[in-house]
Amino acid sequence: MNFRDEYRDADAARRFANAIRGIVTRPWTLMEVCGGQTHAILRFGVDRLLPPEVSLLHGPGCPVCVTPAEYIDKAIEIASSRNTILCSFGDMLRAPGTKGDLFAAKSRGANVRIVYSPLDAVTIAQAEPDRDVVFFAIGFETTAPANAMAAIHAKQSGVNNFSMLSSHALVPPAIRSLLEAPGARVQGFLAAGHVCTVMGYREYEPIAERFGVPIVVTGFEPLDILQGVYMCLRQLEDGRAVVENQYSRAVRRDGNEAARRVMREVFQVAPRRWRGVGDIPESGLSFTEAYADFDAERRFGAVMTRDDAADLCIAGQVLRGDRKPTDCPAFGKSCTPERPLGVTMVSNEGACAAYYRYRSLETMDAAQ
Amino acid sequence: MTRTNFFDLSCPSPVPDRETVQLAHGGGGRAMKQLIDEIVRPAFQDPELDRGHDGALLDVNGPLAFTSDSYVVRPLFFPGGDIGSLAVNGTVNDLAMCGARPLYLSVGLILEEGLSIDTLRRVLASTRGAAVATGVRLVTGDTKVVDRGKMDGMFINTAGVGKIVAPSKIGPESVRLGDVVIVSGDIGRHGIAVMAAREGFGFETPIASDCAPLAAPVLALINEGIATHCLRDLTRGGLASAAVEIAESSGLAIALEEQAIPICAEVKSACELFGFDPLHVANEGRFIAFVPQEDAARTVEILRRWPVGKTAAIIGAVEESPRGRVTCRGPLGVRRAVDMLSGEQLPRIC
Repeated sequence: MNFRDEYRDADAARRFANAIRGIVTRPWTLMEVCGGQTHAILRFGVDRLLPPEVSLLHGPGCPVCVTPAEYIDKAIEIASSRNTILCSFGDMLRAPGTKGDLFAAKSRGANVRIVYSPLDAVTIAQAEPDRDVVFFAIGFETTAPANAMAAIHAKQSGVNNFSMLSSHALVPPAIRSLLEAPGARVQGFLAAGHVCTVMGYREYEPIAERFGVPIVVTGFEPLDILQGVYMCLRQLEDGRAVVENQYSRAVRRDGNEAARRVMREVFQVAPRRWRGVGDIPESGLSFTEAYADFDAERRFGAVMTRDDAADLCIAGQVLRGDRKPTDCPAFGKSCTPERPLGVTMVSNEGACAAYYRYRSLETMDAAQ
Repeated sequence: MTRTNFFDLSCPSPVPDRETVQLAHGGGGRAMKQLIDEIVRPAFQDPELDRGHDGALLDVNGPLAFTSDSYVVRPLFFPGGDIGSLAVNGTVNDLAMCGARPLYLSVGLILEEGLSIDTLRRVLASTRGAAVATGVRLVTGDTKVVDRGKMDGMFINTAGVGKIVAPSKIGPESVRLGDVVIVSGDIGRHGIAVMAAREGFGFETPIASDCAPLAAPVLALINEGIATHCLRDLTRGGLASAAVEIAESSGLAIALEEQAIPICAEVKSACELFGFDPLHVANEGRFIAFVPQEDAARTVEILRRWPVGKTAAIIGAVEESPRGRVTCRGPLGVRRAVDMLSGEQLPRIC
């Protein structure tokens, strides 16, 4: 199959692994930012091909995981109101808020519908003019343009019963925040290829320069990741720290200008709280004045986020790369995909879910 | 001016609308009899049904396999099948997996008030078509109608009886160390086809369901003396669920080879798009067989004689450890754990 199988070729992977072994002279700690990359690494065993000097930390790039619990509570509140329909991407439905998840709310009669595209939510609003249709718009820069498109389309079509509960997050401020944290361990980043497809990578250049860390824009297939790791290590070993683009078949330095324009029309940069991580300045998106009417928080009340309750779950430390999922005493015991303590255990891009799904052999047997 | 004679007033027909299913069609009275006599019986054409008795009288000797299933698929019609053919094939396949020749099926219809009679006719015709294709008889049934909005068009419940023809017990308890795992064809078509039809995705190359009867290839394996230790049809939960169930029941390890598992390019693409693991995607016309190493090549050769088995392949083997677990060696040679889906299969966000 084109653009898939050739990036999973065993011989090429071995060659990259050998090349990596050939250049590494001392221990290095890298972080892949995106949860999609984490899942590929665990599923294909990319980390197993790396020499012991290289450790991969898993980053905060899981949009479901970093959405504050209070947003899920608000979504449940909206879906449980009279004459409303809450539309959401499916992956959000299993994420627990402070009082349960959207699946449970749905089973109690809340009007929750899974959509595959934000535009589907606008179509539902057009078909149900007597109901308030709210789209649970979460995601990083990859998803934000499509979500913005839904608002633009609704405005152009005069759909007044459509709004969005928006909880978008931006990657570069999160990387900056990780590097500013005391005791920061990450020496090089694999940036999320799809985020950069939209945004390009100019905004990463000052980060690489200021903190002296190489940043390699990286794709999602095993060979992409191996090549990204190689490029990152090459820089570290050479004492360089610049932005490089491994994912050149999809990413250009300036990204996708049309998508960015759509984003700018509907959203503006705002402060944001990340679940488990905390407040990160300029790391979120709020509505521009022209699209303020599409803000579900204006119609249904603002979401008040609180500090995350301290509990057994170490999702926050996992999202910051401070600890691995298997470091958690609850992993695979009191926390499973069926009964999660944290979102990282249920989301398709969550690191704990990846370990549970693909590494349960070792981790479970070791636990027993 | 005409004078109304009360005794000339004619009663309305019990079913004023002949285009849609009415509550009266499930009421046990004249309307229900009409529906059964005019729509169901002519569609199914079986002398046992025509007797109009409370149950079917059957003559079967020897050990039997007996199974039951319910079908609630949405949409009712999808590329490659519909709820009627699915109900027959699904039940027939469960019997075949027991090493039985499927003989008789019951068909219980639960209909939503307002369902178009034309839709019902089409489903019944397809039900009958699938039965004829497999040589199974539809000998008894039931019809209920529920209020509009209480369900989604129609549900079908079936039960099936088959005569055991396998010389030894087929099931997880017969799986042996060293057995070879064979899949009867490429996986994942049904799940992707139904999802695409339900959500209205217009793939450039439409994917048709693999919905098909599997009795013929299974009976051929038995007739040709293949020592079939265990058979399991792949339904919801996909290859992963079937393998995990057998590993857990048998207490042995199943080691799969990802590169050997046949998956068509369209299903691969769709899975990449939605972030699905093809091992978790539903099938309705595929099974896995556990046979001794010495029978493996011949099993594949026999399966490939049938259109449903054209892409049959050896995909793994039964090992000793890790006990009760399924693993899969990926393209890079690294082995990973395979587990059942946790809940529903949900597409990823980006």
